[in-house]
Amino acid sequence: MHWIILPVVLPALLAPLIGFVMRHDITLARVASVAGTVLLVAVAIGLAVMAADGTTHVYRLGNWPAPFGIVLVLDRLSALMVLLTAVLAMIVLIHAIATGWDARGRHFHALFQFQLMGICGAFLTGDVFNLFVFFEVLLIASYGLMIHSGGKERVRAGLQYVVMNLAGSTLFLFALGTLYASTGTLNIADLAVRIPQIPADEAALVRVAAMLLMIVFAVKAALFPVQFWLPATYANAPAPVAALFAIMTKVGAYAILRVHTVVFGPGVPGTEDLAGAWLFPAAIVTIAIGAFGVLGARRLMPLIAFSVVGSMGTLLVAVAAFSVPATTAALYYLVHSTFAAACLFLIADLVLSRRSSDTLRPQTPTVQNGLFAALFFAAAIAMAGMPPLSGFLGKLLVLDALRAPGIIGWAWTAILAGSLLTIVGFVRAGSTLFWKSTALVTSEPDAADKTPAEVDAAQAPATAMQVAPAMVGLAMLAGLAIFAGPVAAYLEDTSTQLFDRAGYVNAVLSPAEER
Amino acid sequence: MDDGGPLLFLIALAPFIGALLPGLMIRAGRTVCAISTAVPTVIALTMLMVLAPAVLRGEVIQAEVDWLPQLGLSASFFLDGLGLLFASMILGVGLLITLYARFYLSGEDPMGQFYTYLLLFQGAMLGIVISDNILLLLVFWELTSLSSFLLIGYWKHLPEGRQGARMALAVTGAGGLAMIGGMLILGNIAGSYNLTDILQAGDAIRSSEWYLPALILILLGAFTKSAQFPFHFWLPHAMAAPTPVSAYLHSATMVKAGVFLMARMWPVLSGTDAWFYIVATTGLVTMVLGALIALFKDDLKALLAFSTVSHLGLLTMLLGFGTQAAAVAAVFHIINHLTFKAALFMTAGIVDHETHTRDIKRLGGLRHLMPITFLIGTVAALSMAGIPLFNGFLSKEMMLEEASHTDWFSSPYAVPVMATIGALLSVAYSFRFVSHVFLGPVRDDYPHKPHDPPFGMWAAPALLVVLVIVIGVAPFLAEGIVTAAASAVTGADLHPHLKIWHGVTPALWMSVIAVVGGAVLLALHGPLDKIWAAAPRPEAKAIFDRLMAAIVALSRGITEIGHNGAISRYLAIFTAASVGLGWVAYASSGLSAPTRGLLPVEPVIAVGWIMLVVATVSVVVMHHHRFRALVLLGIIGLSISAGFAYLSAPDLALTQISVETVTIMLLLLALHFMPKLTPRESPTGLKFRDAVIALGAGGGVGALAYAFMMRDIETISDYHVANSYEGGGGTNVVNVILVDFRGYDTFGEIIVLGIAGLVIYALMHALLDGPAARRLKNTDFSQDRSRDRHPLMMVVVTRVLMPIALVVGLYIFLRGHNEPGGGFVAGLVVAIALLMQYMASGFAWTQERKRIEYHTMIGLGVVIAGLTGVGSWLSGSPFLTSAYTYVHLPPIEEFELATAMLFDLGVFLTVLGAVMLMLYSLSRIARFAGATVNEGPMDYDPGLKDEQEAER
Repeated sequence: MHWIILPVVLPALLAPLIGFVMRHDITLARVASVAGTVLLVAVAIGLAVMAADGTTHVYRLGNWPAPFGIVLVLDRLSALMVLLTAVLAMIVLIHAIATGWDARGRHFHALFQFQLMGICGAFLTGDVFNLFVFFEVLLIASYGLMIHSGGKERVRAGLQYVVMNLAGSTLFLFALGTLYASTGTLNIADLAVRIPQIPADEAALVRVAAMLLMIVFAVKAALFPVQFWLPATYANAPAPVAALFAIMTKVGAYAILRVHTVVFGPGVPGTEDLAGAWLFPAAIVTIAIGAFGVLGARRLMPLIAFSVVGSMGTLLVAVAAFSVPATTAALYYLVHSTFAAACLFLIADLVLSRRSSDTLRPQTPTVQNGLFAALFFAAAIAMAGMPPLSGFLGKLLVLDALRAPGIIGWAWTAILAGSLLTIVGFVRAGSTLFWKSTALVTSEPDAADKTPAEVDAAQAPATAMQVAPAMVGLAMLAGLAIFAGPVAAYLEDTSTQLFDRAGYVNAVLSPAEER
Repeated sequence: MDDGGPLLFLIALAPFIGALLPGLMIRAGRTVCAISTAVPTVIALTMLMVLAPAVLRGEVIQAEVDWLPQLGLSASFFLDGLGLLFASMILGVGLLITLYARFYLSGEDPMGQFYTYLLLFQGAMLGIVISDNILLLLVFWELTSLSSFLLIGYWKHLPEGRQGARMALAVTGAGGLAMIGGMLILGNIAGSYNLTDILQAGDAIRSSEWYLPALILILLGAFTKSAQFPFHFWLPHAMAAPTPVSAYLHSATMVKAGVFLMARMWPVLSGTDAWFYIVATTGLVTMVLGALIALFKDDLKALLAFSTVSHLGLLTMLLGFGTQAAAVAAVFHIINHLTFKAALFMTAGIVDHETHTRDIKRLGGLRHLMPITFLIGTVAALSMAGIPLFNGFLSKEMMLEEASHTDWFSSPYAVPVMATIGALLSVAYSFRFVSHVFLGPVRDDYPHKPHDPPFGMWAAPALLVVLVIVIGVAPFLAEGIVTAAASAVTGADLHPHLKIWHGVTPALWMSVIAVVGGAVLLALHGPLDKIWAAAPRPEAKAIFDRLMAAIVALSRGITEIGHNGAISRYLAIFTAASVGLGWVAYASSGLSAPTRGLLPVEPVIAVGWIMLVVATVSVVVMHHHRFRALVLLGIIGLSISAGFAYLSAPDLALTQISVETVTIMLLLLALHFMPKLTPRESPTGLKFRDAVIALGAGGGVGALAYAFMMRDIETISDYHVANSYEGGGGTNVVNVILVDFRGYDTFGEIIVLGIAGLVIYALMHALLDGPAARRLKNTDFSQDRSRDRHPLMMVVVTRVLMPIALVVGLYIFLRGHNEPGGGFVAGLVVAIALLMQYMASGFAWTQERKRIEYHTMIGLGVVIAGLTGVGSWLSGSPFLTSAYTYVHLPPIEEFELATAMLFDLGVFLTVLGAVMLMLYSLSRIARFAGATVNEGPMDYDPGLKDEQEAER
């Protein structure tokens, strides 16, 4: 039964060892980090199997009964998120090691493991204050990763990232204070019991809490009008870190799904009208911002970052419907967009480490121009939502789920027009990077400001280990498309379970002695 | 019919699987590569021919596998007459193109890539025509856009190729996206995405209120793909592709996908006024306009491209008429257009290949030099012109016949006249193709001396013109397939008879007018061309480029205005949004009645409050002076600590005061490296905005706090108070909450502290490697330095305080479980004691006297806390389950040992380690910046100084 907490405890114990015992030897740190991540994947698979039968497993920390102690809750949704995190982490970690990113600054692996601990903790907890704690863990660890290896632009962007998210944390505290003051509890299941009992005309405080929490989660999910931090952060983060961050925005989306469904969701008289009504327009604008950003980008990394913003918009448009079919679509899109964004960043890293800048201007083609072009093409197709990869199916699922009158016009227009701008943006970027470059016949390398060693590195072809992570990511997207039927069936069960508030509450609050 | 089902899957998959071959086989040579491309095509074609007899008998072959049932998407295929016609065209022409391209591509072109793209395209196109599920059809539809993008941009070093590819993808991609919407609506009305079901639901669809949106969206897809006005402009630019691609995609297959779709949906969507006026009118306009532009194009491929646009318009118009006879004519013309147009494209490719130019003005007289090519090109062009005994004549007659009795907005003349003009222009440009390229005198200024190409290159077009003649002379041979396809289109059982002579009909007269008029027009081409060249007309590419540039500029504007990197603006928006939305949420409901009254305000409290307010306002006013601001922050922190103490929260007060102290000390040290003043950045207007927002936020938080302090609520902390001693073994409920009830939170928080230490350390290293380091080195910190960095008094006092502080720390640590205190505060107290030593005697001196690495201390702390939690697994309890016992050792009183204390030790170590690591990082920066290191406890040795003075 202790399986549930392993995704937190495992990295939490491994990270200090890596950071403090193995800090003088990168190889040792790499071995430990990879071993830990492999274990995490194994544990995550185990948890997914445990959760697959639809049972909601509860882990009561300190053996205190809920709602007085903290509980971890494992259901299909949290198992899915942990598994996604673990698989993504594995891909990113191999890339970071193969490209040598991890050795370009201090404490990469320790921070990486702490980051995994924070993300997994956020997905598993059944307590909103504990969620805050893990938001802090993943924020500070991600800040460390974000400014890994330094540089003026990166540190500057990192400051914006951390300030913006600390502001979010402050608001989180205000929201939690309000919530506690109006309900007297912090346990999600207990909140789900108490809040529906508040009459609709006396719910002002709870409504404030619900709204503030949504803004807090929106900061993480990069939703308009609090998405401003994301493009600069992702664009300036080390590419493997940006790839790992693909799951960070999903933490925000997950929190909205969990809290605003189970606690404030449909059927709660005081708050049910809030989330959907405000989330929907915000998500629509987010799609537009993402799409315009992709088309207007002057550099490759911001372009990808804006495509992430757009994908979050699409995801949250589906979330905003707060229904089982729409949530199924949202979850499918969530898994898809996580891998799609990660792939893009990893591929961009392979290309950009062989170019002198990520400005979208033609330069002498890098080695393996064809290979990189093919990889970029595939990942861009996925992100823009073109077949045959999972993006197209995800988009169809979302569109299909958003048929309600009043929604359909805005949602469909935004998603379809957004797709078009995204496609055009990617096409322009790709044709400049990979096609137009081939027209340059100058053999003058723009290596004036590079040392010979750097020039050598820039001309070195990518090794199999460097390309493999991106390829595995693309394979995930292909698999997600081919096995869309079974995956969607599982996700449908997942969202049904998520909307089964009574089931969740009973599992957590019953004095059940399943141990 | 399930017999052929599995074969259908194989047909659909063959090109995709086969696409793996050419990329590999190119290593065995170009011919092997071409053959390996032909293999999957031949396999698919053979299987198609196996199924053909049944289809021609009127059977429909189906096959289905579930893909995404939640969406209604299944991998289902069906083959009826229409599908058979298109599939044969795709595969048949695909084979010819494979052969042609083998000879057309030069040695420098990556042939493996070309054939791979070609097969991918072939598979996608094949998928469109045999899909039995409209969502699956969409998948293939978008795949054709993507694969054609790759094919058009095949010569990636040429700007025309890249631009043409982008334009094609933008236009057809946009249409495809619109079509997604249309198909989803259609499926929703019909209740199924299966084409066979939808085809049965025509009446329901046409009477639905969603019919018009669905129709428009689907037609957008079809019109963009089939290059209908006003989306026709991408097709000529796609001609930058290698000629085999133009012949295959842009005449025979892809551009017909839109026509195919309209034919496929004909039973469902046609028969309404909306259909007639949108589709037929668009087709008619496109036909005339395309033909007109074609006449004045000098580039051979551009001429053919616009003629293709024109013929696609013709097909669209026929489908738009909505009559069965028109549908038959459309199907027949699809076949005929395919044969002559593909042959013409290949001819143009041969001319280009041999003479190195496609400019009609530089050609002429080629009939003597390239007799075979001349023959092929002429036959095909005459067919295109609609001259009897060639197949183009037959279907054009049928078209004119249909046009002659179609009313348009109650005008009986509009359509026939326009159709005749279209035919006339068509004759003119066809004749021009022959006369200006092949006829006339032989020139001596060709860029390259032309001659007929090798057999492999002219074999494919030759085969096609043979078909042109065979069908033209014996049209009944095509009756079988036309019947099957037309029946499939209309959903009716048709038996058309194709024949050459229909008697003297209006159509015949229209034809005669067209041919004669066309010849006259060609004769006048010279002067007309000058007028055309002088006439102003919109240039589609320029408009498209300007539009694209405008959208990009708009996107940049939107993006860069918003994301300008100004953190103050981001925060302002965030805060304003929080206040605004919080207010909206609050105002839309009410509150329960307050249950508490206000407490009386005592004078001391009032004074404290005023101090707090004054200090806060002063920070705002004086924040440009960093040092003053820091001092004021200290006042605020102390006031808050006092407030906690007053409100009976001694633990909080203790923690707050030690946190304040440590923070202020570290900030003081950090301040040394920063400018003394912060830059003035905000103009007054911004300051005003920020002030309004800040006041709103402050007021909001105050109101919120007021609202909940006025109300009693039953909370879970009652349970904590009740169970603290019994269950947690401690009487200080705050500490028990921290290390037991919510020890998991504390575990997370100490990790945050530990990570913060790590991050600061890592950041310090990164900074010292970067440009910031150079600035540090060059900054002179000396002028405002105290002459006595390590004053004697301070050194002495801190030494004396050290053991006292350590004992206090230990005391606070030990009493924590029962009285205010605990590992967190203890860690801070000890850290303060050590910080004092550093401040007094400098880092290096103190550093030499420490025993444990700070990194290790943090690591140890986290691991101890973690292992304490894991330890409870041994007793089968969950993580962090506490256990305690009472121990009696004789000299001292009975005391308690709790696992919580071990956990608290972890907290203690982490806190201490993190603070120290931060200090270490600061001192590293100081030393980097040139601070000198003293060996002794003070800068000078008082004793030594006296001796020196004595010596003097």
